[in-house]
Amino acid sequence: MIAWLNDPGNWTAPGGIFDQLWSHLQYALIALVVAAALALPVGLLIGHAGRGRWLVTVANAVRALPVVGLLILLYVMLAPHIHGRGDTVYLLPTEIVLILLAIPPILASTVAGVENVDPAVRDAAAGMGMRGGQVVRRVELPNALPLVFSGVRSATLQVIATATVAAYLGLGGLGRFVYDGQASQNFAERDAGALLVALLAVAADLVLALAQRYTVSRGVSGRFPRRTLVGDPVATADAPPSTHTA
Amino acid sequence: MIRFESVSKKYPDGTLAVDRLELVAPSGEITVLVGPSGCGKTTSLRMINRMIEPTSGRIWLDDRDTATVPTHELRRGIGYVIQHAGLFPHRTVVDNITTVPELLGTDKKQARRRALELMERVGLPAHFAKRYPAQLSGGQQQRVGVARALAADPPVMLMDEPFSAVDPVVRAQLQNEFLRLQGELGKTIVFVTHDIDEAIKLGDRVAVLQVGGHLAQLAPPAELLSDPADTFVAGFVGRDRGYRALGFAEAGLLPVRKEHAVRLGSGRGEAHDAAEDGWVLVTDAEDRPQGWLRTDRLAEAEPTGPVTAPELNLGGTLASETATLREALDSALSSPSGRGVIVDGAGRLLGTVTASEVLTRIEQQRAAADPPFTGDVGPGGAESEAS
Repeated sequence: MIAWLNDPGNWTAPGGIFDQLWSHLQYALIALVVAAALALPVGLLIGHAGRGRWLVTVANAVRALPVVGLLILLYVMLAPHIHGRGDTVYLLPTEIVLILLAIPPILASTVAGVENVDPAVRDAAAGMGMRGGQVVRRVELPNALPLVFSGVRSATLQVIATATVAAYLGLGGLGRFVYDGQASQNFAERDAGALLVALLAVAADLVLALAQRYTVSRGVSGRFPRRTLVGDPVATADAPPSTHTA
Repeated sequence: MIRFESVSKKYPDGTLAVDRLELVAPSGEITVLVGPSGCGKTTSLRMINRMIEPTSGRIWLDDRDTATVPTHELRRGIGYVIQHAGLFPHRTVVDNITTVPELLGTDKKQARRRALELMERVGLPAHFAKRYPAQLSGGQQQRVGVARALAADPPVMLMDEPFSAVDPVVRAQLQNEFLRLQGELGKTIVFVTHDIDEAIKLGDRVAVLQVGGHLAQLAPPAELLSDPADTFVAGFVGRDRGYRALGFAEAGLLPVRKEHAVRLGSGRGEAHDAAEDGWVLVTDAEDRPQGWLRTDRLAEAEPTGPVTAPELNLGGTLASETATLREALDSALSSPSGRGVIVDGAGRLLGTVTASEVLTRIEQQRAAADPPFTGDVGPGGAESEAS
């Protein structure tokens, strides 16, 4: 496996590691962007209105479907309706499967994030004259962000891992090495493919962790410089007033 | 001015939270809604800024029917302070305070300048501006909550149990500062509390609500104590209302007797000679009372040497010469010697009074005034602090 990875030809050749890494990333990104674009606003709305929680349950139930089975089913159903050349006929079922996989964690954690916002905070926001949309954008989303991120990160891990099945329908991606290696009994290639998928998932998670650090307010994440909490002279601002006695 | 015109709130399950409430909260005054839980006081408050919509009736803000104003516009013109402050955790103190000006589109720089000014007003140091609510104590958060409600300078403020989530010492401090602030600003305030003592301390007028949303009595605090409208109000106001009513009656010039005090650090012999009934009052170099010294035991412990601070009994409270009868009586009752210490405006000793002398004064005032005897309530009404 190490030898296979150490062969520069395996990296740069057409259809080599660089090409497939890029394809893999593309499949995953498309699915994540579409899933987030759907689940985030819907999740914010459900959390804000406190209605429609059944959608979360439905989304979670969809996760129970077997990925490869669903992929083949979608392919069989969609193929007669898609004409012309190109990969669309393979890409569409793949992306649908990945999107269905990515929606539940993002949706559930967004709803939970909004529901966890202190009721007093939401009451104050409305009571000061914010409209519904302003409450969502200015108060609920920023405070739900840590949970939203955890949903997106968990979706990212799953989507990158599962994007391997794209190769099952003859598309590219790192799954190519896994399926081809298996078929040709080139186990070094197969194992290297699996390792690369895992590394890509970890790398993507690190990028998101970094993004989380810079977008979540310190007031929410609680990352304060130590000195403002310990031995703070101003903490005595509410100290009891001196009592006058005689 | 806020006026409730036959306002009712009935919930879908049939609960009547507020029943045909008629109430006027005059401009520039603090109107306190008080009552046991379930009396509809918070519901009434929240109907003013339409966080809850009335089932029937109207609420007028000066000459505007609140039902005709879009809710977000109405609320931006009304300061809103709630129990746990409800600060935005993701925003700094200064950003929290500028929330409403920001919604109104006020210039950012101007809003920040005003926010810093308000922080000073409510007693927060300027370097708190960049902090987050999680870095503040409960009392500090509530100060930010008040500053935030004042940011757009609304004429009307709604306060829903703002001080009930902090400890008693901080609460008393916040209440005093609130009264001072209101003295400067003169807002029209509706204040909800379940604590009758807080209601009596803060209210220009107190509305006592009964379970089911009936208004039982609306009166200035002194009248509430001296003349409760019915048994419910009498029971709610509490047992020692006679004593508390003294807090609204100025003592006037009490027959202060000269007290032979000794200075801290003077000799024990001198203290012994000055003592009366075994107690001597000890003052500092500026004649400010420091505490009482028991002289009959002095000889046993250490016969010679100066009088030191740790030996003093600090049990007695001080009453100023402009004190209320309650403060004067408390000063006498709490003093270990039985002699209540009266000080002038600068805290210097004037003399002492005994409890029986204060009681005589109470009887005199009772006889002089047309009943009820609290007729001579000063314009300030509220207790003046002895400090």
